[in-house]
Amino acid sequence: MSDVKKFLYVNRKAPYGTIYALESLEVVLIGAAFEQDVALAFLDDGVFQLTKGQNTEEIGMKNFSPTFRALGDYDVQKLYVERESLEERGLSEDDLIEVVYEDEDDDWAEKPAIRVISRAEMSDVMAEADVILSF
Amino acid sequence: MSYQLNGQTIETDEEGYITNLSDWSPELAEVIAKEEGLEMNDERWEVVNFLRDYYDEYQIAPAVRVLIKALKKTMGPEKGNNKYMYELFPYGPAKQACKIAGLPKPTGCV
Repeated sequence: MSDVKKFLYVNRKAPYGTIYALESLEVVLIGAAFEQDVALAFLDDGVFQLTKGQNTEEIGMKNFSPTFRALGDYDVQKLYVERESLEERGLSEDDLIEVVYEDEDDDWAEKPAIRVISRAEMSDVMAEADVILSF
Repeated sequence: MSYQLNGQTIETDEEGYITNLSDWSPELAEVIAKEEGLEMNDERWEVVNFLRDYYDEYQIAPAVRVLIKALKKTMGPEKGNNKYMYELFPYGPAKQACKIAGLPKPTGCV
């Protein structure tokens, strides 16, 4: 397929309280149908979107964190999480949900999609993207 | 639009997807299928049950492409293909199977 562009969806906001996080995920799921190179970035409060054990019962909103785990089915294989943003919030990689994808080139082995990277590496990821959508 | 089941009215949106997901029951699935001009059989139940399990785990109805890929993996290529899926659900697995399974319309489905 020609004209494959690198799309980067940048998520900076906490999962609930605003509609940004859910809308971003919906756009990713729709966009994944167009066979582009899709990656997600999580920084600032956006890292909370991937935390384990979310319970939204009391706020009357749907807990959509399990949906991130479906991204592998949609051929989304890169979820970059900024290490500094985690640390500033007292979080580590162990606090995050597990997201895997199947590597077609490696006998469909399951591999982790979440990659914790430094702020400097994050800026490289952004520099390499053709299209950045910020939520 | 709405469905009638055992004297109860089940509310839906204008396209026939049930509004309250907890209203679903296997009996209601039969009613929705009939409304779609389909009779439930083992093959259709297999797909409907798969969709419900997928929703339970991921909180979304999968896109058709994802559904077919997943069925191919779990049930083999003779069931995991477009032709088979459209034979079971002529108006599309997303439109009909998700509706019968009591799920919201899949994201990105037009």
